[in-house]
Amino acid sequence: MSDVLTVNASGLSCPQPVMMTKKALSEVESGRVEVLVDTATSRNNVSRYAGNKGWKVDVEEREEGGYRLILTK
Amino acid sequence: MDKTLTSKYGPCLAGGLIGLIAVALTHFGNPGNMGFCVACFTRDIAGALGFHRAGVVQYIRPEIPGFILGSFLSALIFREYSPRGGSSPAVRFGLGLFAMLGALVFLGCPWRAYLRVSGGDWNALYGVGGLIVGIFIGILFLWGGFSLGAADRNPKASGLVMPLIAVSLLAFLFLAPKFGENAPIFFSTSGPGSLHAPALMALGAGLIVGWLAQRSRFCTVGAIRDFLMMGDAYLLKGIISFMVVAFAANYALGTFKPGFEGQPVAHTDELWNFLGMVLSGLAFTLAGGCPGRQLIMAGEGDSDAGIFVLGMLAGAAVAHNFSAASSGAGIGAYGMHVTIAGLVFCVFVGLLCREKGE
Repeated sequence: MSDVLTVNASGLSCPQPVMMTKKALSEVESGRVEVLVDTATSRNNVSRYAGNKGWKVDVEEREEGGYRLILTK
Repeated sequence: MDKTLTSKYGPCLAGGLIGLIAVALTHFGNPGNMGFCVACFTRDIAGALGFHRAGVVQYIRPEIPGFILGSFLSALIFREYSPRGGSSPAVRFGLGLFAMLGALVFLGCPWRAYLRVSGGDWNALYGVGGLIVGIFIGILFLWGGFSLGAADRNPKASGLVMPLIAVSLLAFLFLAPKFGENAPIFFSTSGPGSLHAPALMALGAGLIVGWLAQRSRFCTVGAIRDFLMMGDAYLLKGIISFMVVAFAANYALGTFKPGFEGQPVAHTDELWNFLGMVLSGLAFTLAGGCPGRQLIMAGEGDSDAGIFVLGMLAGAAVAHNFSAASSGAGIGAYGMHVTIAGLVFCVFVGLLCREKGE
């Protein structure tokens, strides 16, 4: 599957990770979107936003630090 | 408890508890409607350290190091300590400086703006109105592609600087050393700086609030930003809860005194109450969070937030050394000048700082 959209929001201040996720999710109706963030706050904010929009959210901790959020719909 | 704090009810629970603690601190000695004020407390610390010489506002407020250390310990315990930095630090210093100047024209940070309204100080309604307008201008810049760039991961030890500063401040408070004749550490003997809850109680309150805010992400600016930007009331519920509980506690203790005149540590200049907070609201929005949130993030290891806090400390010194801070008598001789200079600075930052490729 090559149509995975990746959003790299690592290191960005609030509310940019959610804004970037919002933009990405508005471009795809369904499928799989990955969002990279580096703080628990951004992880929670993006998870809450995507969850409210009906996306399933899976969280992985990245080896280099931070989180990979896998959004599917 | 932690499950609730990190759930959708977290900000509501944290906001209510913080509102209650704030009014309790006022009851036990803090100045009126100043249970918590990150701007005023940082200004008092700047005075105690001799960075300015306004004799009535000099005291090491233990709430501030308490916030940093409460957040630091919470972040360690819950594995969220994550040293990071490098996102336009000099700009963040400037934003912290001007956020403080705006707050001292109004006489309060967003936390105190809400507390003042909860205590019946209607002058603060102009401040809250200004805060909302400032946040909205910040949102326009965010929509236009504003960004201070990404922070990088930093060595683990780099996040220890702000907690170490916090510990040093507590040592200065409790040991009260004197570094020479007419030299710091200064403690006000009259005025707002002389009014404070017992130090250990205030420190305990600061630690608890640091923990509550670290877990719940309580943010007095993010609350309005997220609601205006995305219709997301998650953090806003925390502010409503904060104000409702503070109002109820003030009412119960007889400290709810509605009106404009004679309010504690406040002036009645509508325009500059409003514009001071436009500046603060804009600067906080561009920096990603309210002053309390900056202290909490500094405790989590965020050096950029730490730089913002140091900018606020410098701003407090500038405010008093350059006659820009307001008092109960009205705005300072140069309050208007610094507010306009700050707005110009923030507009340039908002227009010129953007991510590559935007």
